[in-house]
Amino acid sequence: MSLMAMTACELGEKIKSKEISVREAVTASLDAIEERDKDLNCFVTVTAGKALSDADEVQKKIDAGELTGPLAGVPVAIKDNMCTKGVLTTCSSKILSNFVPTYTSFAVEQLEAAGAVMVGKTNMDEFAMGSTTETSYYGITKNPWDTTRVPGGSSGGSAAAVAAEEVPYALGSDTGGSIRQPAGFCGVTGIKPTYGRVSRYGLIAYGSSLDQIGPIAKDVRDTAAVLDIISRYDSKDSTSYANAAEDFSSALTGDVAGLRIGIPTDYLAEGVDPDVRNAILAAAEEFKAKGATVSEFALGMVEYAIPAYYIIASAEASSNLERFDGVKYGYRTAEYRDLHNMYKKTRSEGFGAEVKRRIMLGSFVLSSGYYDAYYVKALKTKALIKKAFDDAFEKYDVILGPVAPTTALKQGESLSDPIKMYLGDIYTVSVNLAGLPGISIPCGSDSAGLPIGLQLLGQTFHEKDILRAAYAYQKDHKYARPAFLSKDGKEGA
Amino acid sequence: MSKTYETVIGLEVHVELNTKTKIFCGCSTAFGGDVNTHTCPVCTGMPGSLPVLNKAVVEKAMAVGIATNCKITQNCKFDRKNYFYPDNPQNYQISQLYYPICRDGYVEIEVDGRKKQVRIHEIHMEEDAGKLVHDPVTDSSLVDFNRSGVPLIEIVSEPDMRSAEEVIAYLDKLRLIIQYLGASDCKLNEGSMRADVNLSVREVGASEFGTRTEMKNLNSFKAIARAIENEKERQIDLIESGEQVVQETRRWDDTKEYSYAMRSKEDAQDYRYFPDPDLVPIIIGDDWLADVKKRQPELRDEKRIRYKEEYDIPEYDIDIITNSKRMADIFEAAIAEGAAPKKVSNWLMVETMRLMKETDTEADDLAFDAKHLAKLIDMVDKKEINGTVAKEVFEEIFKNNAEPAAYVEAHGLKTVNDTGALTETIEKIVAANPKSVEDYKSGKEKAIGFLVGQTMKEMKGKADPGEVNRILKEILSK
Repeated sequence: MSLMAMTACELGEKIKSKEISVREAVTASLDAIEERDKDLNCFVTVTAGKALSDADEVQKKIDAGELTGPLAGVPVAIKDNMCTKGVLTTCSSKILSNFVPTYTSFAVEQLEAAGAVMVGKTNMDEFAMGSTTETSYYGITKNPWDTTRVPGGSSGGSAAAVAAEEVPYALGSDTGGSIRQPAGFCGVTGIKPTYGRVSRYGLIAYGSSLDQIGPIAKDVRDTAAVLDIISRYDSKDSTSYANAAEDFSSALTGDVAGLRIGIPTDYLAEGVDPDVRNAILAAAEEFKAKGATVSEFALGMVEYAIPAYYIIASAEASSNLERFDGVKYGYRTAEYRDLHNMYKKTRSEGFGAEVKRRIMLGSFVLSSGYYDAYYVKALKTKALIKKAFDDAFEKYDVILGPVAPTTALKQGESLSDPIKMYLGDIYTVSVNLAGLPGISIPCGSDSAGLPIGLQLLGQTFHEKDILRAAYAYQKDHKYARPAFLSKDGKEGA
Repeated sequence: MSKTYETVIGLEVHVELNTKTKIFCGCSTAFGGDVNTHTCPVCTGMPGSLPVLNKAVVEKAMAVGIATNCKITQNCKFDRKNYFYPDNPQNYQISQLYYPICRDGYVEIEVDGRKKQVRIHEIHMEEDAGKLVHDPVTDSSLVDFNRSGVPLIEIVSEPDMRSAEEVIAYLDKLRLIIQYLGASDCKLNEGSMRADVNLSVREVGASEFGTRTEMKNLNSFKAIARAIENEKERQIDLIESGEQVVQETRRWDDTKEYSYAMRSKEDAQDYRYFPDPDLVPIIIGDDWLADVKKRQPELRDEKRIRYKEEYDIPEYDIDIITNSKRMADIFEAAIAEGAAPKKVSNWLMVETMRLMKETDTEADDLAFDAKHLAKLIDMVDKKEINGTVAKEVFEEIFKNNAEPAAYVEAHGLKTVNDTGALTETIEKIVAANPKSVEDYKSGKEKAIGFLVGQTMKEMKGKADPGEVNRILKEILSK
């Protein structure tokens, strides 16, 4: 079995038992990137030299008994919107094409302290705005299952890198589905923790009240292991949760007896691909068979989630992205007449179309005279959506549904029609609006052989409930690899 | 036929709070560090950085609100004010629009013996911007972010003032309240207190306000008074000549005594305020509020009453002493060292005021230790030095914070209390000045003054003049 075909925890065990060295693990990752990434383009930056020297440092600490955690020495990829000291951090935008941060984000610091070795920064939709990883200034990322299709987004680089076995796991960020949807499209597991669970310090903000960092990996065990490391209270983030640290891995009992699962009928109504619907219902039957109670209910408010999300996220983004002005860092236009002209040209040239669209939308909804009609109303809607979930969680421990209405789309399909792309987020955005944890796990494939994602939602700070359910389902399903990996003899499992 | 006009003035006052660290990060607020040394990812607007509120800022803002009779907003929030400028690293300023920390207060001012309330609309907290430095050599602008994130409060009054005198009285009142609270040094000339003046004129008796302008760049009380006079005249001239006052922001040039329009209401920016999602609401519980109230120090008005009751010194002196927290602190500390209040007050009112004038020193900048003044008073009481020497020593205390006993010792200024030596000197002087002795004996009492002076001169000032007088009279009566 190739090293990169292993899960992060499996690899960590082999490193711990000295069966393989950290350098071997990191080299295997770098080799896989070298071999496959020219085609897939999961990475914006590969930090080969740094990774190898870090590998040796980590090896020393493991040998000295200073690093004993399950992921010590295991390579990781970081979405390119998390600041990494001394390493280019672009947000897949031209405007940050030369930005090298002076500090490392909190979540990455936690991983590094646990012995993770970063091999590079992954591609994404520019400033995390998109669901396809097609808005990147550094080219599109392809879906390892079908390179004519998108990997989802915005954490498409992270999800595709894991699915293509370039790295065992990666960090992504999720503002409206950006971890769960690409995990679903690429047939891997991704969790968006509760808002406040993982510090946002060092995460370049898109929608500050919605953004959350989380892991993407091959299975639930890996994501729990990563959460065990990165979930910590951080005094540098005012929205950090005081009791953020928990033993998530302890929730993986394999038992769901008595767990109350609800399926919102609103999630399986029209617009859902029949293959997706069937896969979700089949999964629900399995949960029933494992002893969980499963019932359908009407969640409500679903149709308001998309407009509320795009108003709030764009409003915050329009303000968050003001700092990219060519004055302090990042791209500055070559020629300009005066300050105003420098701002205008820098931002016109530095941002892509989707980012500009959201800045304009966000600026509009915050404008005097429109603020109450749009922004304030969206905040009220957000509160009502949260209320709808709170009511549901009176009756259910976990809410089950699809991650997206379809499987991975063809490249260019949604970019030409933004509204269509926005509607693809219908099952994910409300989770961010309500601040809830959500996990995406593979649940079979459609008629084209593309992975289908199952989404499990939990109450605020009840990640353990969804991890427990997801693990119980996953332990009876073999991990499916993209065809090109299985065909390749030397990569065979 | 000219009409009578009334000036209507409201103030927006920015005060830099003197917390040790900035409002949203741990960087120092100290003034004068090397360019961009008091900075971090937060106060330079680095991508991914997040603000965390400094609790001390909230407490100081609350203290000012309580002292100005405001209601404290127990559930307040920060908002983002969006505008592009290079000294503003995020291109939004974190401020408060929707739920400012204090509302609906007032202070009482007194002008020409008339008392009046000036209402405070609100006080909100916000962050200061960096500083732009223009480099004429390269014709480029550079930004220093040391000041970026220094905490400010903005105190917004109602349009309750009617003259420059009232404005000055109001500003002075705020300055004293805030200085007494220890929340800021409130120096207009150094920018730790800045006032923007909103002014309109209307005919006396009119019920509607006129169109107002906002005046910026006022760096001293004198500049404020001049700018108000000038703007009042300008607006009246416009109205009298049938023109309209334009609602605009104007910049005062104090050297030219002239203001010019910066921007009109039409180009007023839409700041697109919205609640800052990076910061959580500030919940000020009853306990916290009560605690801050409990810790409020004695303010000027309270001190004035107490001084009158406890120290029995003239009201005029009390006014002068309490007009500066620094001076009041010296006064109280010297008394605590055992000095008599009246004597301390005298030293402050006479010699201190004289030296302040001579050296162009503000009361807030008095640098000497109160204990040195107390010691000086003690030495005079014990006749270790005489009055003339004491003045000389005090000048050293004032200018160099000299320790009086050591200074007197080092310079041999101690009064000679050796009666034998003194008598010897006096006998010498008497012998050398027969004319004066004769004058005295023939009834010219004043002649003794000359002999005392000659003795003091001979003794290099180190004799007690009372003692010299006594011995002289004794010798001359023989």
